[in-house]
Amino acid sequence: MGPRQQLDTKVRDRTTHARGVGTSPPRPDAPLKVLGRFAYASDLHIDGMLWGATVRSPHPRARILGVDIGQALAIRGVATVLTAEDVPGHRFYGIKVADQPVLAAHEVRYVGEPVAIVAADHPETARRAVEAVTVEYEVQAPLTDPESSLAGDGDPIDPGGNVARHVRIRHGDVAAARSRAEIVIEAEYRSGVQDPAFLGPEAGLAVPDGSGGIDLYVAAQWIHDDRRQVAAALGLDPGMVRLTLSGVGGAFGGREDLSVHIHACMLALRMGRPVKMSYNREESFVGHVHRHPSRIRVELGARRDGTLVYSKVRLLLDGGAYTSTSQIVIANASYFAAGAYAVDHVEIDGYAVYTNNPPRGAMRGFGAVQACYAIESAMDRLAGELDMDAVELRIRNAIQAGDLLPTGQVIDGPAPTRELLDHLRSLPLPPKRPAAGEDLRRLPGGVGNTTHGEAVVRGVGYALGMKAIGFSGGVDDISTARVSVSVAGGRPVAEVYSAASECGQGIVAVQAQIVRTELGIDSVTVRPADTDIGDAGSSAASRQTWMTGGAVEGACHGVRERILERAARRLGCSPRDLALTPHGVTVPGKGEALVGLADILGHDTIEHTFVYHHRPTEPIDDVRGQGNAHIAFAYAAHRAVVDVDTELGLVRVVELATAQDVGRAMNPQAVEGQIEGGSAQGLGLALLEEVQVEDGFVKNASFTDYLVPTILDMPPMNVRLFEFPHPDSPYGLNGVGEPPTLSSTPAIVNALRNATGLDLPRVPVRPTDLIASLKSDGSPC
Amino acid sequence: MLIELIVNGRRRTAENVRAGESLLYVLREHLGLRGSKDACEQGECGSCSVYLNGDLVCACLVSAGQADGAEVVTVEGLSDGESLHPIQQAYVSEGAVQCGFCTPGLIVATHCLLDASSDPSDEEIREALAGNLCRCTGYEKIVSAVRLAATETAAG
Repeated sequence: MGPRQQLDTKVRDRTTHARGVGTSPPRPDAPLKVLGRFAYASDLHIDGMLWGATVRSPHPRARILGVDIGQALAIRGVATVLTAEDVPGHRFYGIKVADQPVLAAHEVRYVGEPVAIVAADHPETARRAVEAVTVEYEVQAPLTDPESSLAGDGDPIDPGGNVARHVRIRHGDVAAARSRAEIVIEAEYRSGVQDPAFLGPEAGLAVPDGSGGIDLYVAAQWIHDDRRQVAAALGLDPGMVRLTLSGVGGAFGGREDLSVHIHACMLALRMGRPVKMSYNREESFVGHVHRHPSRIRVELGARRDGTLVYSKVRLLLDGGAYTSTSQIVIANASYFAAGAYAVDHVEIDGYAVYTNNPPRGAMRGFGAVQACYAIESAMDRLAGELDMDAVELRIRNAIQAGDLLPTGQVIDGPAPTRELLDHLRSLPLPPKRPAAGEDLRRLPGGVGNTTHGEAVVRGVGYALGMKAIGFSGGVDDISTARVSVSVAGGRPVAEVYSAASECGQGIVAVQAQIVRTELGIDSVTVRPADTDIGDAGSSAASRQTWMTGGAVEGACHGVRERILERAARRLGCSPRDLALTPHGVTVPGKGEALVGLADILGHDTIEHTFVYHHRPTEPIDDVRGQGNAHIAFAYAAHRAVVDVDTELGLVRVVELATAQDVGRAMNPQAVEGQIEGGSAQGLGLALLEEVQVEDGFVKNASFTDYLVPTILDMPPMNVRLFEFPHPDSPYGLNGVGEPPTLSSTPAIVNALRNATGLDLPRVPVRPTDLIASLKSDGSPC
Repeated sequence: MLIELIVNGRRRTAENVRAGESLLYVLREHLGLRGSKDACEQGECGSCSVYLNGDLVCACLVSAGQADGAEVVTVEGLSDGESLHPIQQAYVSEGAVQCGFCTPGLIVATHCLLDASSDPSDEEIREALAGNLCRCTGYEKIVSAVRLAATETAAG
């Protein structure tokens, strides 16, 4: 019996619905989006609103000696200017650790740190007021090198010291295993700072309710946790702070931390008027966290036959000025630093440190991206040393169900690592370039007309990635959903109430699909997300479809039970003898409905609320880093084919093929969209995307200078979904959003290495890195 | 200053326009047409793509004064108000919309492409849309949507 069939027997009670689970109905939000009528946070407008703006630190490290708001207040049209003294409640906030000042009072720790906020009648007036606020600083020497920070050089940035967290994992005995290794490789890999670069800027509209409370309409990933932080800073009972999710123009982790939230509310409450805040692109670059830049040293020991004997990895992530999610990002990077491989002896030390760089935090993949880049680069290097095929080396060591992670947890659930790699290896390669006459647009440099094919070499590279799905380390994570069913116009209709954040991934569509599958009701409306509904948790960690999907499924089961009870009373039988189908209540196995759903409901509404919990986990211990920390794992692999112009260092990715185990493709079109988009972000990290930070200053805070992949940079993609059902999840699904960002980057860089023979220890790979005759700074050797 | 425009076939007037305001700001904040999106203010992302006197432009790069007297078509002007334009329908059915912030600009740019070339090759599609950033989709389904829209337009 195949895995698909096993699942089908488990779910025999469900109806099959033409627009239910496993189908790709059009997204409910798509028509409004293509018409230009979908209201993103930056589109919000209310009569009489003021525009907020933020005064930010121009120094990476300084003491604040004084703030003079007089000149700003004197500008016509300026309503108010607020500083740290005006924060009504807690003066510090943070998603995990409340260490970030709402407004800096005594010191600033990074360029871009908020110091004051203004409200004015026009965005231009607000910007002029920002320039008119005079802050007197005593500038100090910044600490911007993470190695220096780790070494304890200079005055500590955080009173608790510069190490935000040290994760220590010890598995087996690396010292003893070393003597059994026949080949040892050592290498250090570095990655630059990647920006989530969502297109919809940080924005929100705060509206006072007239009785001391506030409504905030905002783009966010987790409105309930945002409310917790906002209410604390405002000194209000959480019940007086209501958040409503407005249209989210992408997130990718960059909306896990607060941005405009507290500031817009402070200004609105002070003025008793609605206040809108919307960052421009330059401000957005410091208005949200970035992916941590990394330095990862990998030492691998293997036998001549390619069997890994030990892994020793040291990771250093630069967390920037405040904690954000650094402590769990370094944990996640460390958990998977040995890759998707079974290794008996592992030693991992992961450090996240504070510096005076802008704060780093969540971005799609959450530490596992950097770890995957390093280990997959090292695996290709090891394959080279062994003179072994790089895919063969991976398959020989690939982790399987029943193997142990370095944290001691047994891999349960499907782990089809070999299937993914086998599939990619079996795909035909794209045709060779013609010797002459190739369309310029298919060559590196493209329409730049930089080559007609001379000096262009081709390479192929592979990578395999794994990460945990959902929240790890002992968190009792939940999602809440309410489903109500009633009759409208003679037909049954269903509504879903959930606070799950739709960031573009498609959670709204999936919730409706689940209701159709469970209740057979065609007309399903997913209500807007707000904090009056129960907590759905974050659209993060590839968890939302699993968690909120489970909550909606549970709520549907409650509704179905009540419907069947009603029908049983009416029919004088037991609910156990009845089933709910799209046609109404039937006797199982018999097609004809005994009674229609509209008939059973009458004028009543039947509803049920369900809180979904995943299985319990535990934190890893401090000494050896052992523990059953995860609920599930997801796997993806990529094969990249590249052409490199070795004279100019220009690259064209010819094809990107990927295979991923998604458990169950709840909405295959949306799942493919996640995988294609995640792979594009991996391509960006490999070749284009880097926030350049020098001495704490961001040098390229624009889309002119920070290069997001365009449609010309992306190759055609070949996506293969594997559906090995996960035993613990709703419908057997697995998280899908993050895994493709893991293996995309190293597959591309391994292809570049294959083409050029260069080491390429750092991403993004720059043109000068690809020209063998140049040093890394671009000067001739 | 006072600015007069023809927007989506209708004569519109914007009062109290400041010298520093862009056509995009006028469309969004004076005329309430917020379909054109503001994502970079540098003409790099294409989210504010509109027609200005028949040319595809980034509205953020056009100063309000420059647009005085011009004819502007925005994403709101492409459908007849009752049903989706075939390009819009193709984006929906091919799954080319995720967060959707880039979508209005891409729809207008696709409209411009298909006006000029009814059956573009993949290379032509990619070249024509290279000025529109999308962060969610990896562009694969956008290329599919344009292909489908070309077919539908030819059939229609």
